[in-house]
Amino acid sequence: MSADTEVQPIVKMCGITIAFPGVLALDGVEFRLLPGEVHSLMGENGAGKSTLIKALTGVYSLDSGTITVAGRERRFEATADAQAAGISTVYQEVNLCANLSVGENVMLGHEKRKYGAIDWRATYAEAEKHLAGLGLEIDSRAQLARNSIAIQQLVAIARAMVLDAKVLILDEPTSSLDRGEVEQLFGVIRDLRDTGVAILFVSHFLEQVYEISDRITVLRNGKLVGEHVAKDFPKDALVAEMIGRELDDLAAISDRADRAIDRSGTPVLKATGIGKRGVLSPADLEVYKGEVVGFAGLLGSGRTELVRLLYGADRSETGEIQIDGKSVRIHTPRHAIDHGIALSSEDRRAEGVVADLTVAENMILGIQARRGWLHPISKTEKDAVVKEYMSALGVRPANPNVPIGNLSGGNQQKVLLARWLATAPELLMLDEPTRGIDVGAKADIQRKVAELSEKGLSVIFVSSELEEVLRIAQRVLVLRDRRAIGEIESHSVDLDGLVDYIANSEEVSVMR
Amino acid sequence: MSTTDTTARQSTDVATTISTFTGRYVSLLPTFAAITILIALLVGAELYFGNFLTPRNVSALLLDNAYLMVLAVGMTFVIVTAGIDLSVGSVMAFTGILGASLIASGIPVIIVIPVMLVAGAAIGLLIGVLVQYFNVQPFIASLAGLFLGRGLAYVVSLNSIRVEDPVLVWMRTRIPLGDFYIAPTGIIAIFTVIIGALVMHFTRFGRTVYAVGGSEQSTRLMGLNVARTKVMVYVISGLCGGLAGLLLTAYTGAGYPRNGIGTELDVIAVVVIGGTLLTGGRGYVLGSMIGVFVFGTIKTIISFMGAEQSWTHIIVGVLLLVFVVVQRAIVSRSQQKE
Amino acid sequence: MKIVKHRLFWPAAALVTLLIINTIANPNFARVTLQDGQLYGNPINILRESAPLMLVALGMTLVIATRGIDLSVGAIMAVSGAVALTILDASENPGGLGSVAVAVVVAVLVGLVLGVWNGFLVSVLGIQPIIATLVLMLAGRGVALLITGGFITTVNSAPYKFIATGYLVVLPVAFFIWVAAVVIVSVLERRTALGMLTEAVGINPEASRLAGVRSRGIIWTAYIASGVLAGIAGVIFASNTMAADANSAGYLIELYAILAVVLGGTSLMGGKFSIAGTVIGVMTVQALNSAILFLGVPPAQAPVFFAAVVIIVVLLQSPRVHSYGRSVGQLLGVGVKPTREDKKEVAA
Repeated sequence: MSADTEVQPIVKMCGITIAFPGVLALDGVEFRLLPGEVHSLMGENGAGKSTLIKALTGVYSLDSGTITVAGRERRFEATADAQAAGISTVYQEVNLCANLSVGENVMLGHEKRKYGAIDWRATYAEAEKHLAGLGLEIDSRAQLARNSIAIQQLVAIARAMVLDAKVLILDEPTSSLDRGEVEQLFGVIRDLRDTGVAILFVSHFLEQVYEISDRITVLRNGKLVGEHVAKDFPKDALVAEMIGRELDDLAAISDRADRAIDRSGTPVLKATGIGKRGVLSPADLEVYKGEVVGFAGLLGSGRTELVRLLYGADRSETGEIQIDGKSVRIHTPRHAIDHGIALSSEDRRAEGVVADLTVAENMILGIQARRGWLHPISKTEKDAVVKEYMSALGVRPANPNVPIGNLSGGNQQKVLLARWLATAPELLMLDEPTRGIDVGAKADIQRKVAELSEKGLSVIFVSSELEEVLRIAQRVLVLRDRRAIGEIESHSVDLDGLVDYIANSEEVSVMR
Repeated sequence: MSTTDTTARQSTDVATTISTFTGRYVSLLPTFAAITILIALLVGAELYFGNFLTPRNVSALLLDNAYLMVLAVGMTFVIVTAGIDLSVGSVMAFTGILGASLIASGIPVIIVIPVMLVAGAAIGLLIGVLVQYFNVQPFIASLAGLFLGRGLAYVVSLNSIRVEDPVLVWMRTRIPLGDFYIAPTGIIAIFTVIIGALVMHFTRFGRTVYAVGGSEQSTRLMGLNVARTKVMVYVISGLCGGLAGLLLTAYTGAGYPRNGIGTELDVIAVVVIGGTLLTGGRGYVLGSMIGVFVFGTIKTIISFMGAEQSWTHIIVGVLLLVFVVVQRAIVSRSQQKE
Repeated sequence: MKIVKHRLFWPAAALVTLLIINTIANPNFARVTLQDGQLYGNPINILRESAPLMLVALGMTLVIATRGIDLSVGAIMAVSGAVALTILDASENPGGLGSVAVAVVVAVLVGLVLGVWNGFLVSVLGIQPIIATLVLMLAGRGVALLITGGFITTVNSAPYKFIATGYLVVLPVAFFIWVAAVVIVSVLERRTALGMLTEAVGINPEASRLAGVRSRGIIWTAYIASGVLAGIAGVIFASNTMAADANSAGYLIELYAILAVVLGGTSLMGGKFSIAGTVIGVMTVQALNSAILFLGVPPAQAPVFFAAVVIIVVLLQSPRVHSYGRSVGQLLGVGVKPTREDKKEVAA
């Protein structure tokens, strides 16, 4: 499939501008989508990808600019308008109704009717036809919730087919899928493309983008940077366009992290056979003083599950945890905190920030919880903590009395980091601390982790960005399919080696 | 999840059947439980008293609770969207006293009945608009409806007004069916249940009600008309309130502004006992009917025992608790499966 | 303009407006007279009669802050009133201070136990608050009826009657009781970290759990507080009527309490709460109530006015009305900057 520019675009967006309070989310962006192509929209978080998609699907209204679909200029007031124009979207978090059956989700609002009443037999037959078209043979009358996320994603695509979509938008569809499921999804995408559907694909995974895309459009800071034919556009050029600056800062961090750890003494944390049925096979782990241990593996590999078990956020069924050589019981987060373990969760919004409380209150929440409500933190003490971390981490805006919900993702993350550092933990577990935050904040956080570990703090660092893990950790625990499959010294391996290990290593081994 | 499904299908047929069954009908379980309790109550009472399941008692079960059944139908629509309507009892009182007063002032019943229904629907519309367009929580919006209905009932009349209109008298006339009997009020209640069930199951509107209860956000992104659906469920509930006002006035032969105090709680309780989840997305109109029968049976048993009627609410409260705990267990299990 | 932005500005403004309207409509409204060293008059009546609602609303504020709701407060009032009067009725000397003390303490303890029960259902079993408390709301009045045997128990006891109708110095005892409750609760919430932790749990329960907050205990505490305060309210209510009426004691008070809390600017979605706001809210409800009486409206019809107030208040709080307000403001050339809040909400 060549991206022939002679072909009339199915979607043409011109001069799209959308402003939010204080932010120009999109600034005169041009975008076009051809029939029968897979077009990836790339950019760092905050580049304007979601905003562009939401403009195209009628969720946001435009401040200026035009959208032309199939030669006609359109104004979308609601999602229904965009769907009527042939634009359907499958979101990352699968926007279907889990309480309804698979078939109903496919057909909702388009059920077959006879004498004014829904003809369920015909409706399910139609649903099954569309599901089968995607190679799905599942019980269409079973509840949607009983199927995996991957299946649900395909069900959402089947729904788009019922709507006779000419344009299909896939927003981060692969982030919770395993390798086999991604292959299945890509098969479906290619089939659809070959029937002439235009597909707009958004993903963080570069390999997947190159595997599936015909063309790539890059956004940065709400502006269009470039539109390229994928096969003529090398990866490093893409990354350069996305980031827009060289990452000298990050290279420096790597140098700092590359130091020897004394592993002769008692480990700060020693977990033996820690696991839970259906969640994680029993895993072993040791973390020494001042060491950064990275967890590498895909989403769903068990990396988040392991930190949650260690923290008592979920209760482990097997195994033993020793802190400083002493066996301890960790069944709730409280137990973990009492033993000097802290966890910054991967889901910042749902499990991290307390949005309506101020930055200062969020910072002291950890210490306050530890002390109990009867021993309030005095104003002097609070001011001291807040002042220390506001400047040490460079939180912006520098006003501790605004609600944390008003801060950008990166700054929220810094506040959460402060919350845990203030409790003076021995072991800090950071699950995806740099997800969805801008490059500057990312570097700040990595630098802070390197600095703290040099001073003796032990850290578990979980990230889906393998480069980041290799840069910051001395040792990497590799997980796959809810199992710890091995450990690697990070200086002994490069990125390709690590990817290969995650993908291919069969036996459980310890490479030292 | 998909892997366990596959294994189940590869094993015996029985396992497949069970898996298919739970996959499809798990949401029916609470309603089955309600039916079981109803049967147990009826059988137990018959064994204990020996003269419980008489045609007279069974017929009275329907007629005494006809208004409750109509209210429960409307409430089911609202609760399935994850909303709540506290106004139904006072809307019933308002439309009842309004109808009685209009009839007393000589207005023909053919005009009065539609006025009662429209008055109920209008309060429902007000609640729906507050909920949908002004982001007011259903609890608060329908609380305003509760105050409004009750106050308006007293504005119409501070005292009871007798109704002797032939049409309303006819509505409570008993029609013998063998040893059993029924009255038009009962027939209307049953029709309301049937229509409610058909709308919920066989119309796109009904399915959208379920979808909104499952996930309002998703439903909107799926391009369905969430706003209209949410306003409509409150209008339906208000309409049912108006109809219940008519039935109660016909049944008691009078309009009374103090009718239906606390009825909203009874209605919510019977809907929950009938298997509707208060978190929305699951529930059945027919289940709510069963819930009404459970409620009515408990009331009858207590008057049979000559005990204080206050026991009714204690027992309904306890039953409600048991159901909610069971539902909670079911929901948390199905969430684990996800 | 800063004062306008204060969260209590609008609730307070509403109360003041209401009082001014009342006074203009009938100058007698604001008249306070001193007789035998005791103050009388409408404003004093409002202060005295608001005691049960104030106590209940105080507890409701804490429960709402945890993202909950307590529908059972009226039923708890009925039970505690019934318990107090039944004990007095059964005692040999209903007029003795000892028996009154026993009656009051047991009644409040019953409120505490019921609060513990509600809190157990919500915080341990994880049942939705509205349903968990609905159970007691339904069953509680039944229990109260059983305690009183279905009759309206009337008792003669001067010291018990003193609780609601007596005077200390120049002001009613009931007023001092609720002021004490407000002070104690404020100190407990704001001088310790309980208030902030309660807000954290109400805003984001999961984040709070992971931050190590003992949210179970905090939620439980709120329901217990609500139960105790409702128990005291029941004692005062029964003292006012000197009759244990299981049906009318605390009837609809849960709804008035919720209204008062919302009028005071605390969101039903939980989180940030304001005790001062609730005090203003209760005063507004009471002022409205006495205004309605003063205007000669039959008390039975008062709910129409409350419906109107609820609707006006929720409309004023609605983002949609705010944006209309802004566009009208722009048209009039008032210097209010238009913001894109609606959009931001979608983005968030």
